Amino acid sequence: MGVSRAATTTDVFNAIAEASRRDILMAIGDGEAGVGDLVDRLQLTQPQVSKHLAVLRRVNLVRCRAIGRERRYTVNGTALKPIHDWVSAFERQWNLRLDRLDDVLAEMQTHPSESEQQPRQERPQQQEKS
Amino acid sequence: MNATTTPQIGNRHGSAVVTTPSDHEICITRMFDAPAAAVFTAWTTPDLVKRWWGSDDAPLVVCDIDLRVGGSWRYVTRGQDGTEFGWRGVYREIERPDRLVSTELFEGFPDAEAVNTLTLDEHEGTTTMRVIVLHASKENRDGHLESGMEAGMQIVLDRFEDLVRPAT
Repeated sequence: MGVSRAATTTDVFNAIAEASRRDILMAIGDGEAGVGDLVDRLQLTQPQVSKHLAVLRRVNLVRCRAIGRERRYTVNGTALKPIHDWVSAFERQWNLRLDRLDDVLAEMQTHPSESEQQPRQERPQQQEKS
Repeated sequence: MNATTTPQIGNRHGSAVVTTPSDHEICITRMFDAPAAAVFTAWTTPDLVKRWWGSDDAPLVVCDIDLRVGGSWRYVTRGQDGTEFGWRGVYREIERPDRLVSTELFEGFPDAEAVNTLTLDEHEGTTTMRVIVLHASKENRDGHLESGMEAGMQIVLDRFEDLVRPAT
């Protein structure tokens, strides 16, 4: 901790930049958990878990309901959508790119003369840059 | 040459996986039904790179590759509206056919240089490609984290897909 953590409490991205909070989300998963469950499952103290849960609540990443004296937490997956969208975009771009590479490779193997099979001349002569 | 009868390898389409192995890194993994040497060549030969690196909407209009240690590379895409984006870097390690280390920076953010490590692991004719993008400094890493880009990848891609999808 230290540098620029100011925005942690206001932004979903920052809230899960902290590994412990990701662990908490994973531990809750699609179920429901109380602070005690999380302390048992993770290498964290109760104050740490409570602090992280407070951050997650503030950005709406977890919801909580009281059962008797205990608070039970669930993950609000919809709040992760901005992250999901960004990641999907990144992954989608790479998928499209590597799918095209797949096609290039298939063609190289169908037509080995292309460039691949040339006896390994180390080709220090570059692409002529005109 | 025109491959009208490209073998059916399309079953791997869409199978690239993006993860964040650490707070410094982004990892892209994909398997190919081709030898490592072929992947390496397709990765480092301008005429071949041009066919896959850019998109249909924004093809590569510059693809300079000076493939030697200390040599530089530069790619430029041009969108349909004429907007150009450039990336460039320098090759640090070249071990054909299974390893290539280079720096990369997006010219729009010239301070945020990363180091890309491509490894190709061939096994019985199938090659597992892994690209690790390592951010160069803590500052860049933190900046990246603040904009949240990599922070959520692992969680989302590994396990949260279903939770995230709104129940419509």
